[in-house]
Amino acid sequence: MANWIEACAADNIEEEDVIRFDHGGRVFAIYRSPEDEYFATEGLCTHEHICLADGLVMDEIIECPKHNGRFNYKTGEAKGAPACINLKTYPVKVEDGAVFVAV
Amino acid sequence: MSERFVIVGAGECGARAALALREQGFAGAVTLIGAETYLPYERPPLSKQAMAGLETPLPKTIASTERLTEADISFCGGTWVTAIDRPNKRLVLSGEETLGYDRLLLATGCVPRRLPVPGADAASIAYLRTYDDALAIRSRIEGGAHVAIIGGGFIGLELASSARRRGAEVTLIEALPRLLTRGVPESLARRVEDEHRTHGVRMMFGDGIAELRCDAAGTQVVLTSGNEIAADLIVVGIGAVPVTGPAEAAGLVVENGIAVDEMLRTSDPDIFAAGDCCSYPLPIYGGRRVRLESWRNAQDQGNLVARNMMGTNEAIASVPWFWSDQYELTLQITGLVDEGHETVTRALGDGATIHFHLATDGRLVAASGIGPGNAVAKDIRLAEMLIGRGARPDPTALGDAGVRLKGLLAA
Repeated sequence: MANWIEACAADNIEEEDVIRFDHGGRVFAIYRSPEDEYFATEGLCTHEHICLADGLVMDEIIECPKHNGRFNYKTGEAKGAPACINLKTYPVKVEDGAVFVAV
Repeated sequence: MSERFVIVGAGECGARAALALREQGFAGAVTLIGAETYLPYERPPLSKQAMAGLETPLPKTIASTERLTEADISFCGGTWVTAIDRPNKRLVLSGEETLGYDRLLLATGCVPRRLPVPGADAASIAYLRTYDDALAIRSRIEGGAHVAIIGGGFIGLELASSARRRGAEVTLIEALPRLLTRGVPESLARRVEDEHRTHGVRMMFGDGIAELRCDAAGTQVVLTSGNEIAADLIVVGIGAVPVTGPAEAAGLVVENGIAVDEMLRTSDPDIFAAGDCCSYPLPIYGGRRVRLESWRNAQDQGNLVARNMMGTNEAIASVPWFWSDQYELTLQITGLVDEGHETVTRALGDGATIHFHLATDGRLVAASGIGPGNAVAKDIRLAEMLIGRGARPDPTALGDAGVRLKGLLAA
């Protein structure tokens, strides 16, 4: 059973951007793609635990704000040094203008 | 026989280049030679978390033994090059054995600049470059100790911040009238200065060092004004000098570092140089020759030089970028600030500020920002892309926090 948690209003996130969402002592990052789809990953970079929501989203890539580790936020795949461990991803759905994450 | 590529220097740049050779499909032999005995490790934490944390830190390894084995990279730690025999394409190593190469990368990095005054070479005077240096310093900055830091650059300031976190008293001595005179705009330097004062660092400007004294009475910094500062530990952080000895002895052109072209080739077509040790022309600034000591530059050039050693012949396209962490503040700078003639300021709120530096023709040539956490990171990254494209953004838009920089990128 997925545990769906309401994270934010859909329009809280600008297109091609990311926000931080804290839940149950964990940090998540929630993304809105240029195609207006929503995605979620763990919120801290796998390299040095920097909060990814301060980073830049370009197309389907989130870049760590400190050391430029890059990940595909749709798949979690690490795309370049110094990031070599993939990000966990989480299912997301949008209902009645709200974004839900299955944590 | 397969090609032999040898990399001298196992810091960020050399280690990255070794891994990148394999990522790019190089099938020959790769040897990575490091002067330190540790596996390649990241240096940025040495003045930051590794110094400020309560636990004795382990080196943050870039390439584990497993990864090196998997990539078939032979790593020779505790080894350095005493001579490059170019006619025979052989290196003479410490321990006197020799090693042949088909292509050679010099990623020899820097060593701390020594303070040219009496007493500065005493064993008790600390300099920070390596993991061992960091361990030696951190063991002496326990609470209550008085640390005198000579030099108001990034190493000195990050050390000051870390030492305060550990409860040490800190006096920072800078010969010039302000902090961070190289490549940082004055307003940001003042903000950094205020932050250090707020955290109780005593700062002294405009006074040179006459002598460092270690005697039965303890350790003292003697200033040119005649003032003396007693300290339990003296750390010198007055910059770094590129390691060019073997390159110079082998007749390679050295010009503020090992001189390379925009493809990171030295004056010998089979020898490349990259990272802190090399000076190179930056196409985006009309070929101005620079030498950068930054982690990102080491990474970017490590990746690029690996491709070029394999014959890609790709010119440097990256824009300079670095960061510094002090207390809760992060500073990030991209581009070359001194190329700017006009500055536009954008206030991001929450104490975060970015300055955009524009050339006389309106091109964005640098952006410098400071703020809590990573508040300036996103916009500095976008500025870096604008700089790389030679963009001439509307100054009014740059100064207006309501205008998304990403929109300017599309323009």
